[in-house]
Amino acid sequence: MLREIVVIVLIFGGAIFMALAGLGMLRMPDLFLRMSSSAKAGTLGAGLILLGAAIHFNDFGIYTRAFAIIVFLMLTAPVAAHMIGRAAHFDGVPLWKGTVQDDLKGHYRASTHALETNSIPDNDRPATDEDEIPDNSEFDR
Amino acid sequence: MSELIWNLILLILSAGLVFAFIRLARGPYLPDRVIALDLISILAMGFILVYAVRFNQPSFLDVAIILAIISFLGTVAFAYYIERRW
Repeated sequence: MLREIVVIVLIFGGAIFMALAGLGMLRMPDLFLRMSSSAKAGTLGAGLILLGAAIHFNDFGIYTRAFAIIVFLMLTAPVAAHMIGRAAHFDGVPLWKGTVQDDLKGHYRASTHALETNSIPDNDRPATDEDEIPDNSEFDR
Repeated sequence: MSELIWNLILLILSAGLVFAFIRLARGPYLPDRVIALDLISILAMGFILVYAVRFNQPSFLDVAIILAIISFLGTVAFAYYIERRW
């Protein structure tokens, strides 16, 4: 009985975190804020649901599998978010108009796809194609 | 009572799925759609786990492992494509 309550509380909390990740994905103003909400809240929600499932089945094999999935998610979610964020910044996705600081601006060399400490000359920077792609989303802010 | 709570959990999860799907359809840039797809696959993993607990089928956990691996590989492939496409 007590275990059932613990399982339901864990899975309910995980479901709420996942729905909040979806809400952040819809309502956040730019790509990088959306990414922060989905990577963190989504991973936490999946981890809580997995923990609830493992406690429900209460079997050594299931505990091992659930632990393996949690570790895998916690290893891969930041890697995937970092790669997408780097590619999007390189691709010229505009930041939110309230952004205070953009430390990577002017440090990507377009010909080698690498970051450099010194400022890159203008003719080797990735194009900021804010004019080519119209921002026609009503959900932005 | 327990039935009601399970239905409520599935309802909350599907609300998150609808939000992520709206972002997948409307997102102004390609990376927006990619992260929406990533979140959708994690939400599908949550659905599968909730069904595994509700109907007492532990073998559904293997599906969750495969889904996590495939969604990671898909996101990495999309990241390579976005960075190198021009």
